[in-house]
Amino acid sequence: MQLSREALLKAYRQMKTIRMFEERLHDEIALGEIAGFTHLYAGQEACAVGVCEHLGPRDYIISTHRGHGHCIAKGCDVIGMMKEIYGSLEGLCKGKSGSMHIADVDVGMLGANGIVGAGAPIAVGAGITAKSNGTVSICFSGDGACNQGTTFEAMNMAVVLKLPVIFVFENNHYSEHTGEAYAVGAESMTTRAAAFGMKAIKADGIDFFSVYDAMRELIDYCTAGNGPASIELDCERFYGHFEGDPQRYRGKGELDRIREERDAIRTFRKKVTDARLLEDTDLDRVDAEVTALIDEAVAASKAARRPTAADVTEDVYISY
Amino acid sequence: MATKMIRDVIRDTIDTEMARDDSLIMLGEDIVGGNGAAGGPEAIGGIWGTSGGLWAKYGPDRVIDTPISESAIIGAAAGAALTGKRAIAEIMFADFIGVCMDQIWNQVAKFRYMFGGKSRCPITIRMPYGAGFNAAPQHSQVIHQFVTAMPGLKVVMPTTPADTKGLLAQSIRDDDPVIFLEHKALYGVKGEVPDEDYVIPFGNARQVTQGDDITILATGMMVGLAEKAAADLAQDGIGCDLLDLRTTSPLDEEAILDSVEQTGRLLIVDEAPPRCSLATDLSALVAQKAFASLKAPIQMVTPPHSPVPFARELESAYLPSPDKIVAAATRLMSYRKG
Ligand SMILES: Cc1ncc(C[n+]2csc(CCOP(=O)(O)OP(=O)(O)O)c2C)c(N)n1
Ligand SMILES: [Mg+2]
Repeated sequence: MQLSREALLKAYRQMKTIRMFEERLHDEIALGEIAGFTHLYAGQEACAVGVCEHLGPRDYIISTHRGHGHCIAKGCDVIGMMKEIYGSLEGLCKGKSGSMHIADVDVGMLGANGIVGAGAPIAVGAGITAKSNGTVSICFSGDGACNQGTTFEAMNMAVVLKLPVIFVFENNHYSEHTGEAYAVGAESMTTRAAAFGMKAIKADGIDFFSVYDAMRELIDYCTAGNGPASIELDCERFYGHFEGDPQRYRGKGELDRIREERDAIRTFRKKVTDARLLEDTDLDRVDAEVTALIDEAVAASKAARRPTAADVTEDVYISY
Repeated sequence: MATKMIRDVIRDTIDTEMARDDSLIMLGEDIVGGNGAAGGPEAIGGIWGTSGGLWAKYGPDRVIDTPISESAIIGAAAGAALTGKRAIAEIMFADFIGVCMDQIWNQVAKFRYMFGGKSRCPITIRMPYGAGFNAAPQHSQVIHQFVTAMPGLKVVMPTTPADTKGLLAQSIRDDDPVIFLEHKALYGVKGEVPDEDYVIPFGNARQVTQGDDITILATGMMVGLAEKAAADLAQDGIGCDLLDLRTTSPLDEEAILDSVEQTGRLLIVDEAPPRCSLATDLSALVAQKAFASLKAPIQMVTPPHSPVPFARELESAYLPSPDKIVAAATRLMSYRKG
């Protein structure tokens, strides 16, 4: 599919923002600046951006514990996200959520989620709303989450109700420390999804264009009233399951190899420069802007207002 | 006598019990780790370090790594236990009980009763729980309050290495279903553990400190906080009779009532929010059975009625602390009727 220069630059900026956000977090966490569990999305940028570049604010996504990339791609405020991860009162969720539950319903981002498999049923509900709006509901999910009963129930219900829900399975080949080859009993997540009675395809999750083109087809299919669909994206996670994971389950040289051969950012740059759609200087300019944005986000987060004891019981209810 | 951390005591006790009883199996997510990965099985040995080496020793038929499927983990452990095995099921974080609640509450807890006393379901459900890590609302919770409320389940909350050994051995050997709650903040706690084989029968509280002025009841991580507070209070000449309940179901009512009858003052420290909790349950027990002994209104030190927040400042404000316990003790001591 032919994308305009602006659209290409925007897609690149989104992917690069995710990458730099995560790389910077990796460093800040090592310094002990950030509390809690953090699961980094670096390596999977083309999945989030290839999906979300099709979406508007009335399309919905629901995410996972590895949610930063989905949030950025769907348009959550990057500085607000960083402040949240730092636990500031100025964070997107006022310091209540941290990395694992970042959400911004106003931009159609229904939350990262600490409970594996919890998103799929909620995506079905968002699909009911989406159906009446002529939009779509996207459920981001992993090769681990696909084995949860909630995912099965949601897939079946979406088929039964013919809802415009797209189950996006990001297959990074691991659920925590366990390989996909062990835990997914079906031949693939795609054959499994197809068995539920939905259109199910695969794409290359490190190639923005592969994801983007496949998603155009699925969104058109779903919004035409054909019911749900599924897409399995082959991708890699560049860091541990969570920050601090020694990754002993990886093969020898595996991390070097995937960083060398399966890098979404490098793949994108090569494709657009080889095809003379963008110049290296265009892309370098984006890199500089993103670097400045991430620096600003971290500086702002460190200076941001901290919550106090009185904030603990805020927002438990609307009224009580 | 060896000095060990609680996480190692858990691993070693499971090891001993597996060697003792061929029918014992264990299921959970990543309890082996590395299955289906290039690094190979046992690359991790459990994310909590509580199952290292067990797969290599007992094999994949007894140490079973599962997909992320909490309902099926509990159901499978229960089905095996109902048909002649003995089972340990690990739910990685107690918060995930939400996913498998039906299997625990409507199935495991009720089999024996519904089947007219004709069945056994010897299953130990191990669940790491509790706050203190800024792990945010879905990875920080306690669940003892609602499993304690479920007839048919026994609920165990060890706090020392020596207790962990005896209580876990008892849980695994027990013919009833047991919820075995491991506070995440206590895994690294070290202490002396007797070498010989022993079990600690359920329903026996442990006296942590002795004193005549205030009875303090606590479980899990709250015991250590209360112990610190009791040490501070002792400096001011206030003696605390601190009981670690060890099991909340069955409950050592006798030890609680005996202590309150001596001190006349009750302070309960609970990591659960204050409504329909262990703290309210214990308050009701004492109000009903030792009312005449009370010299002051019962004090509860608990988090507020809210989820567990993420930010450092919020989580520490949320949790009970030695200071909050001392403040409650001071209120108790300064109370005057009328
Ligand atoms: C209900 C539930 N079970 C287990 C976990 C612990 N856990 C967190 S992430 C994860 C693995 C998820 O794997 P996958 O879906 O492939 O996502 P990835 O981490 O690869 O992004 C597990 C087991 C959890 N958070 N929730
Ligand atoms: Mg995965």
